[in-house]
Amino acid sequence: MLDQSEFAFNELRHLVSERAIQGETMLLNMGPQHPSTHGVLRLLLEMDGEIVVNCFPDIGFLHTGIEKNMEAKSYEKAVVMTDRLDYLNNLGNNLVYCMAIEKLAELDVPVRAQAIRVILTELQRIGSHLVWLGTHTLDLAAISVFWYTFRERELILDINEMVSGQRMMTTYFRPGGLWRDVPIEFENAVREFIKIFPRRIEEYGDMLSENPIFIDRTKDVGILKAEDAIHWGVTGPILRATGVEHDLRKVDPYMGYEQYEFDVPTQTDGDTYARYLVRMEEMRQSLRIVQQALDKLPYGPVRSNNRKYVPPPRSELGISMEAVIHHFKLWTEGFDMPEGSVYAAAESPRGVLGVYLESDGGPKPYRVHWRTPSFDNLQVLPVLAKGHLMADLVALMGTTDFVLGDIDR
Amino acid sequence: MNKELEKTASALIERYSVELREFRGQTNLIVSAEDIIEVCQTLRDEFGFNFLEVETAVDYWPRQEPRFHVIYQLYSIEKHIRIGLRVPVSGVSPGLPTLVGLFANANWREREIWDMFGIRFEGHPNLRRILMPHDWQGHPLRKDYPLGYEEVQFTFNAEEIDRDKPYAEE
Repeated sequence: MLDQSEFAFNELRHLVSERAIQGETMLLNMGPQHPSTHGVLRLLLEMDGEIVVNCFPDIGFLHTGIEKNMEAKSYEKAVVMTDRLDYLNNLGNNLVYCMAIEKLAELDVPVRAQAIRVILTELQRIGSHLVWLGTHTLDLAAISVFWYTFRERELILDINEMVSGQRMMTTYFRPGGLWRDVPIEFENAVREFIKIFPRRIEEYGDMLSENPIFIDRTKDVGILKAEDAIHWGVTGPILRATGVEHDLRKVDPYMGYEQYEFDVPTQTDGDTYARYLVRMEEMRQSLRIVQQALDKLPYGPVRSNNRKYVPPPRSELGISMEAVIHHFKLWTEGFDMPEGSVYAAAESPRGVLGVYLESDGGPKPYRVHWRTPSFDNLQVLPVLAKGHLMADLVALMGTTDFVLGDIDR
Repeated sequence: MNKELEKTASALIERYSVELREFRGQTNLIVSAEDIIEVCQTLRDEFGFNFLEVETAVDYWPRQEPRFHVIYQLYSIEKHIRIGLRVPVSGVSPGLPTLVGLFANANWREREIWDMFGIRFEGHPNLRRILMPHDWQGHPLRKDYPLGYEEVQFTFNAEEIDRDKPYAEE
């Protein structure tokens, strides 16, 4: 019987080139504990001097079996699991899971809940892009940007805490609407953010957009062509930086996105600098959407009134026997869903985030599959990295903007 | 149903033995394992479904035979329409031809299905486990794979407990 490590090498043997077997190129292990892998990603690199000949991502170090776990929980309890997938886009994960349930159950979502969902997910998009910008430039040794972006991200996390009580693991969106209405201070906090943020984006831009070192490190690094991007299933800002104008918020609007005016930023170069420009512009567009949604935020209920799926408000429990029955039933065994399967997708900061949900008619999901954007975006990393310097690989990992929780599930 | 989708579906029904199902505004086709490559090729080259959005599987053990369904969602970037394909796969040495030649991102998705469901993809260039450790036993997303809450096996009762586990018969 083979030794464990030997077994692993034999499995990989056919992947590396003949030169590696001869000892002409070197196999180098990078990660899983490496600061620039943004989590626990392991890369097996085949190096010719300092040039990357080949690169094999090895994932699964953060695999937590979320898809299997969700099968054992009732629909509403499983919302908690969704926060843990892409931990920079918790509300977006909540949203797409709730959208799948709402589609399967044909559940209505009140307009106020839709508008608040839009505001919060757009803020989350800005927050996620801020983490990307900070860590990406940190990898390129521009440390100051990191401190600035995390300062602004703190404001967004404060808003999350204000509405849900949690900074990151929010579980704020529920099937049929929201957990509860936003507090009275919410509007002011968001307006404050809208007021200060445009100036801050300009500050980041001033530091980077024309910075010769930054341009040196990013221009013409990791060029991806549009047809390759589509062939590899890449979505999000990486796809839009190749010139394909594909954004689900525009082409397949959900949650009332069709009411808001915004542009889909695209670039045609497809290199790391183009992806930087796309994401910077996306933050400005998100801010525009937040502004519009907040200006015409309607009043009204924030959760559907369908008692088959949504528990009654606390105030009804004292006066209505029916409400007590619904409350008891929904919080003990949950709701039964119609039999069938649906696929719902939304635009996350990283690309198309989709949920394939299948129900067998019972109170627990029969199968939940997450189509996560990072999973496909990381696959294209070897294509981008080939022929570049080892130091550029770090820039490429930053620009791919993957989240390991999203990949490993 | 969208006009484009209607055209696509009727053309496929004419050429292959596929079954059309509509649910909640989604178009799904049941395709047999022999036809899947050809159907995907036709969809990609002729009807512009150039983007593989989802490839995953569902296990119906012990309710249904064939046990697995492999699910594809193809998307058209130009026309913004989506079509679902389902391929029933038997539980006895389950296998399907690979889609890597048509869509590059099928590579990891098929590795994930192999890892989680134990469905082999013939012709796949690198069919290894992807999420679980490489020496892992079993395929976690199968319905006969327990989530936990299992009796601890000791040497004196290991076989006894193993006998009572609800494994699928293959």
